[in-house]
Amino acid sequence: MEKACGLHCTKINHIGVKFGKDVILKDINIHVHCGELTVIIGRNGAGKSTLLKAILGEIEHTGNITFVDQKDNIAEKIKIGYVPQKLNIEKHMPTTVYDMFASCISKVPVFLKKDKKIYEEIKEHLKIFGADMLIDKSMGDLSGGELQRVLIAIATKPTPNLLILDEPVSGIDKNGTKDFYKIINKLKTEYDMSIILVSHDLELANKYADKVILLDRTVIKEGTPKEVFNSLEFKNRFGTIEI
Amino acid sequence: MEVIYNVLETILPFEFMNYIFMKNALIAIILISPVFAILGTMIVNNKMAFFSDALGHSALTGIAIGMVLGISNINVGMILFAIVFALLLNYVKNKTSYGADTIISVFSSIAIALGLAMLAQSGNFNKYSGYLVGDILNITGTEMLYAFIAAIVVYVFWYFTFNKLNVISMNSTLAKSKGINVKKIDNIFVVLIAIMVMISIRWIGILLINSLLILPAASSRNIAKNMRHYHLCAVIFSLFSGISGLIISYYLNIPTGSIIVLISGIIYFITLFFKKK
Repeated sequence: MEKACGLHCTKINHIGVKFGKDVILKDINIHVHCGELTVIIGRNGAGKSTLLKAILGEIEHTGNITFVDQKDNIAEKIKIGYVPQKLNIEKHMPTTVYDMFASCISKVPVFLKKDKKIYEEIKEHLKIFGADMLIDKSMGDLSGGELQRVLIAIATKPTPNLLILDEPVSGIDKNGTKDFYKIINKLKTEYDMSIILVSHDLELANKYADKVILLDRTVIKEGTPKEVFNSLEFKNRFGTIEI
Repeated sequence: MEVIYNVLETILPFEFMNYIFMKNALIAIILISPVFAILGTMIVNNKMAFFSDALGHSALTGIAIGMVLGISNINVGMILFAIVFALLLNYVKNKTSYGADTIISVFSSIAIALGLAMLAQSGNFNKYSGYLVGDILNITGTEMLYAFIAAIVVYVFWYFTFNKLNVISMNSTLAKSKGINVKKIDNIFVVLIAIMVMISIRWIGILLINSLLILPAASSRNIAKNMRHYHLCAVIFSLFSGISGLIISYYLNIPTGSIIVLISGIIYFITLFFKKK
């Protein structure tokens, strides 16, 4: 994998989403560069999750997403990795980490046999996130932090141009959160990808984000954490907070 | 067919195997039980038990509509209706933001009431009331051929699509990010359930068909440690309850479907007892 060069740019252009007559999102424009962590914040119902679904093409929307290598200015097809907020899992369920991971990357049906080559490949990749010993565990038996590391591993194989994380630190303790940001930092600096993270944890956004975007149906304010948190637009929505 | 009959007689040299209808029933069970078991694994994972139940109920409306439209072959009418019903149900389920179980219940109730009303109106209810409990001892060759083809289709689909279904069942947005066509695969899945249910409904009955989908997979889920184990146990449970149910029903003279379901139920409670702690 290449190191971040800062020259790959994902442009989210004029995204709009309507459900019937309700306008959920209007004219959203966001540019993110590789090696950059962009945190999207906003109150409940501001359209954060909808924006992610639009970017992933899961729901109908206007506008488009382009991915450009600024070295030669050639548009490429973007690969997006996604880390969901929640999974449909239950304690002791018969889906192991291997079953889930292999389902994402292999054509060999996981109910039929365990593919040794794929198994090693997965283990190798999980190792990057310190999760290789979880490979045979049930998805339902992982702790919050473990599940998150596994999901990030899944989202980054194959290496995406853009990694999207939806509220990834909810339900994880303080140490887990620290570990999480360590991983994000590693991805940011060692791999050639842009990262968008949706969060309501303002403290963490302030600490780790390169860029913060305040969303309320459209982009209300963007800039460095300081710029956004000190802005009038931010204070109107969240009040004055001590960070 | 002769060859299969001979093989069965050699393997099972019992009195009941002297009858053609028992041989046919046994073949039918061996044909459909594993298919129901593997479909069931995903139905249970996706918490769709109620969904497949509603599908079974729609058979009654399918028969009635087939009759009104004068489709001579009841099976064709039923299968066509079930496919439309399944797709519609899936569409509405994905559209509504509030409880899917409520909407499914609405569909299910309407389907069964409409079917009853239409059959009663045309004076045909008694003729088709057999569909409620099913009759596996009275199978035709054509039906068996249908079941054979449907089983092959499901196996092929499962081989090529199971991994995708598995990701979708975890999180559909994640599946989408992996380039999976979520809607298409989900729709094919429910259509296959619909076809399989309709083909075997005259054998098992509207009231019991859903247990064939749910119980073996649910039992297996109690004890299975991974996907391979999950599928294997579901298939074994399904075949075991099917075959033993048929034999017991022959000696006790009780409808086969109900014995099969009772045995599946007992297996479920046994596995519940051994559930991973």
